[in-house]
Amino acid sequence: MYDFNYHKPQTVKDALSLFKEADDGIYLAGGHTLIPAMKVRLRAPTDVIDLSGVDGLIGIREESGALVIGALTTHDTVATSEVVARAIPALNSLAASIGDAQVRNRGTIGGSVANNDPAADYPAGVLALGATIKTDRREISASEFFTAMFETALEEDELIQSISFPIVESAAYIKFPNPASRYATVGVFISRHGGQVSVAITGAAATVFRCPEMEQALSDNFAEVALDSIQLNADDMNSDMHASAEYRAHLCVVMAKRAVASMS
Amino acid sequence: MSITVNLIVNGKAVTQTCPENTTLVELIREKLQLSGTHVGCDTSQCGACTVHMNGRAVKACTVLVAQAEGSDVTTIEGIGTADDLHPMQSAFKECHGLQCGFCTPGMIMAAIDLVNRENELDEQTIREGLEGNFCRCTGYHNIVEAVGNAAARMKE
Repeated sequence: MYDFNYHKPQTVKDALSLFKEADDGIYLAGGHTLIPAMKVRLRAPTDVIDLSGVDGLIGIREESGALVIGALTTHDTVATSEVVARAIPALNSLAASIGDAQVRNRGTIGGSVANNDPAADYPAGVLALGATIKTDRREISASEFFTAMFETALEEDELIQSISFPIVESAAYIKFPNPASRYATVGVFISRHGGQVSVAITGAAATVFRCPEMEQALSDNFAEVALDSIQLNADDMNSDMHASAEYRAHLCVVMAKRAVASMS
Repeated sequence: MSITVNLIVNGKAVTQTCPENTTLVELIREKLQLSGTHVGCDTSQCGACTVHMNGRAVKACTVLVAQAEGSDVTTIEGIGTADDLHPMQSAFKECHGLQCGFCTPGMIMAAIDLVNRENELDEQTIREGLEGNFCRCTGYHNIVEAVGNAAARMKE
């Protein structure tokens, strides 16, 4: 890891000005992607701006029909939260499925969402639930947030403060985890509210995506059999040593069926 | 550039000045000479570097010392002595939960956190709770047994 200047601001305003002053600044949340990336020199920022001292970025609350989770809330806190369990229990199980216990004790929802790893779990929940990402300057809807592999609609210095999830009637997240890393080889998040069904898939392609074919089929008939005839195009899928594109395309339907089964 | 950090390690106040790119495990092993905490992969996968930070298990290779400022850190040296082992250490010894011993300090620290936070520990919960720790010798069977055994003693 190359050397860097370390900063620990106490306000969002100070964090933003530190970022502007830095040659090549980066925000640090839990650090469980950033620090490994810095060790192998994929990232070599001149200035690391640690957000853990900034007030108001941690916490979970229910607010006018939505579940609001602060950006620096750890995966373990989400996994074990009773507020989450009452509002959207699928987010408990999503958070509990990330990495391992030690990683969940440090990794944060804001860090995961800002990083937009194609195999991360949270993007599927954020997109399927139609969440809103609240930053220091605006609100971004999930449908506009995840733009490409490791890329988001965030401006370079923009900071996520919280993520607001509309509370839905029912939801489920089922993934086929990589057996070593627990990242999603394919993960499917389904949410159902007022007759509308949303399906978001992570791990399968360059970035998380909605699946209109499955949404239509499940809106007509919310049952596993409704997905029997669906075949996703493998051309757009990731292919690596863990799973071929064709296998991932197949897994999308299998995971979606399991999610539907768990909601029925 | 360097940074001065203040933290508590195994109950003792520590003040150290080190480069900003120092990790917590480097501070523990190289500055404080507490070599019980191991570095296996240095990529936050193997769990050999697991210590407690404010009571929770973390991988010390993936925490910057600056992030540990003001925190209360416990390493394997802080939980028991050769004459007065922690129940988890005794259970690993009695159940043969180790062979080469390299993963053991991290395994024990992770297991203590697991027992502290889970009320009901069945075999499945123990196996899932230790997903972040690799052992290349034992095949995990005796480790799982040791953790179950220690959990009963720790809750007595």
